[in-house]
Amino acid sequence: MIVTELRKLVRRPRTWVLVALLVALPTIVALFVKLSQVAPRPGTGPAFLSAVLDNGTLFPAAALAIVLPLFLPVAVAVVAGESVAGEAQAGTLRYLLLRPVGRTRLLVAKLVSVLAFTLISVSVVALVSFGVGVALFGSATVSSVSGTQFSTADAAVRITLTVLYVGWSMLGVAAVALFLSTVTDSPLVAALGAVGVLVASTLLVTLDAAASVQPYLPTRYWFAFIDLYRDPVLTRDLFRGVALQAVYIAVFLTAAWANFTTKDVTS
Amino acid sequence: MIRTQALVKRFGRFTAVDGVELDVREGDRYGFLGPNGSGKTTTVRLLLGLVLPTSGSVEVLGSTRPRTVLPQVGAMVEGPAAYGHLSGRANLTMSDAAGASDRSTRKARVDEALERVGLAGIDKRPVQNYSLGMRQRLGLASALLQRPRLLILDEPTNGLDPQGIREFRELLVELNNGGTTVFLSSHLLAEIEALCTRVGVLDRGRLVAQDSLVSLQAPTGRTQVQTPDLADAARLLGSRVEHVSADLLLVRTQRPDELNRELVTAGVRVVSLMPERHTLEDTVLSLTTGTSDRA
Repeated sequence: MIVTELRKLVRRPRTWVLVALLVALPTIVALFVKLSQVAPRPGTGPAFLSAVLDNGTLFPAAALAIVLPLFLPVAVAVVAGESVAGEAQAGTLRYLLLRPVGRTRLLVAKLVSVLAFTLISVSVVALVSFGVGVALFGSATVSSVSGTQFSTADAAVRITLTVLYVGWSMLGVAAVALFLSTVTDSPLVAALGAVGVLVASTLLVTLDAAASVQPYLPTRYWFAFIDLYRDPVLTRDLFRGVALQAVYIAVFLTAAWANFTTKDVTS
Repeated sequence: MIRTQALVKRFGRFTAVDGVELDVREGDRYGFLGPNGSGKTTTVRLLLGLVLPTSGSVEVLGSTRPRTVLPQVGAMVEGPAAYGHLSGRANLTMSDAAGASDRSTRKARVDEALERVGLAGIDKRPVQNYSLGMRQRLGLASALLQRPRLLILDEPTNGLDPQGIREFRELLVELNNGGTTVFLSSHLLAEIEALCTRVGVLDRGRLVAQDSLVSLQAPTGRTQVQTPDLADAARLLGSRVEHVSADLLLVRTQRPDELNRELVTAGVRVVSLMPERHTLEDTVLSLTTGTSDRA
């Protein structure tokens, strides 16, 4: 069943359209920066972008920072929101269950496929933007956010950790969307619902009055991956981010499972 | 094969299925009739474990847990469904691979199912370009993939043309002769009448009749006589005549053969003489309270 789901994901044109869009945005940004030679001043614009003009190796981090606020979570929410609700809307959910595929097994297979999409998209963004960055801006010695310098191998490790951290954060989004996907028969509602949660969270994170709930908001530690480029690495927020996402993932996956295995399939 | 006891399903305050006691026996071609909205589809979903009963029990192929016997059941519920961007063959292969089926016989079974439903010459074009009838055939092929012992089909002839409906009926009879029990839900009386051996009638969630087709079409106790000597016949039969029209008499009698002899002996010419039977339509309409999709 897992193989079947992965095959479905790979054979679906939509998957690759989403990945292409995710890659396109940072590439366009890179082209603009290169052509104009005007990088945002440090502290403004997307993270890291100020640094890439004289060093392309860091561009993967900049690219992830560019897609992280909206493009990436929307893509993940679309794929995860579609996973069960899309089958329901197309009418294929009942035939899968009649084959028979156990409900838990189906949900696990869907989860693996969403996980695969998340990893594919984050990795492709990182790899392509690395290529784009080096091609456009060259690869000089990398300097950390803190001002010290680290080797290319060191940079590669940090970028890999960034990919994993961003992927883990996106899995939180996927869990929320997957849960909503088992609640509604409309993939659109599931995806928009998850995006709505994120928009609300992003808003509250910037609101001083909501300071008391901020440590628990799903988007609170998304950008903590920037700390990976400090020397030494500032791990406090990273660990908090990983733990918080773990809670979101566990809670919403359990809810999805509890709902889906006991629900009347009337689609 | 299928046995339900006091089966009830409520959605909120609405009772969709209300104390249904189905009894489908091995080898039956069972027709499950009822107006739109009478609870047929919900009952089918209950049988297949898609919907969980509020109370009562379902037993299919001797098991009260539908999951365990589903590999032996082929089903089509509320129309076919397939992935539009894939071909029919790819859909069947993928669907088969999703379950715990034998991989070594997969290709042969897919070919056999396509052949059976008349899609043997299917090409690579995606299902989204199929006609409604082709989708219906593909749905049936999917139900036949695992060579089921029991076929549960919900409104399977929607979208088929008359030729397709006939082919479909012949296929079901052929499968039934090969030992497959067929459970067919439909609101089309003619379809059930032409195909089924036993009939259950559902009305507003209740099973109002369940009997063999032959007994539901029992004689009415009246015989229709067509004769040019209308007046003579009417005089001869007296009060036994219930109705007269143009050149037809409706005569109450238990013995049509004796009636014929009596008429001929008395010199009344008889063009035709036919015992009247209840039609399934009359029976069903007298049992059901009418269509429930009218607001």
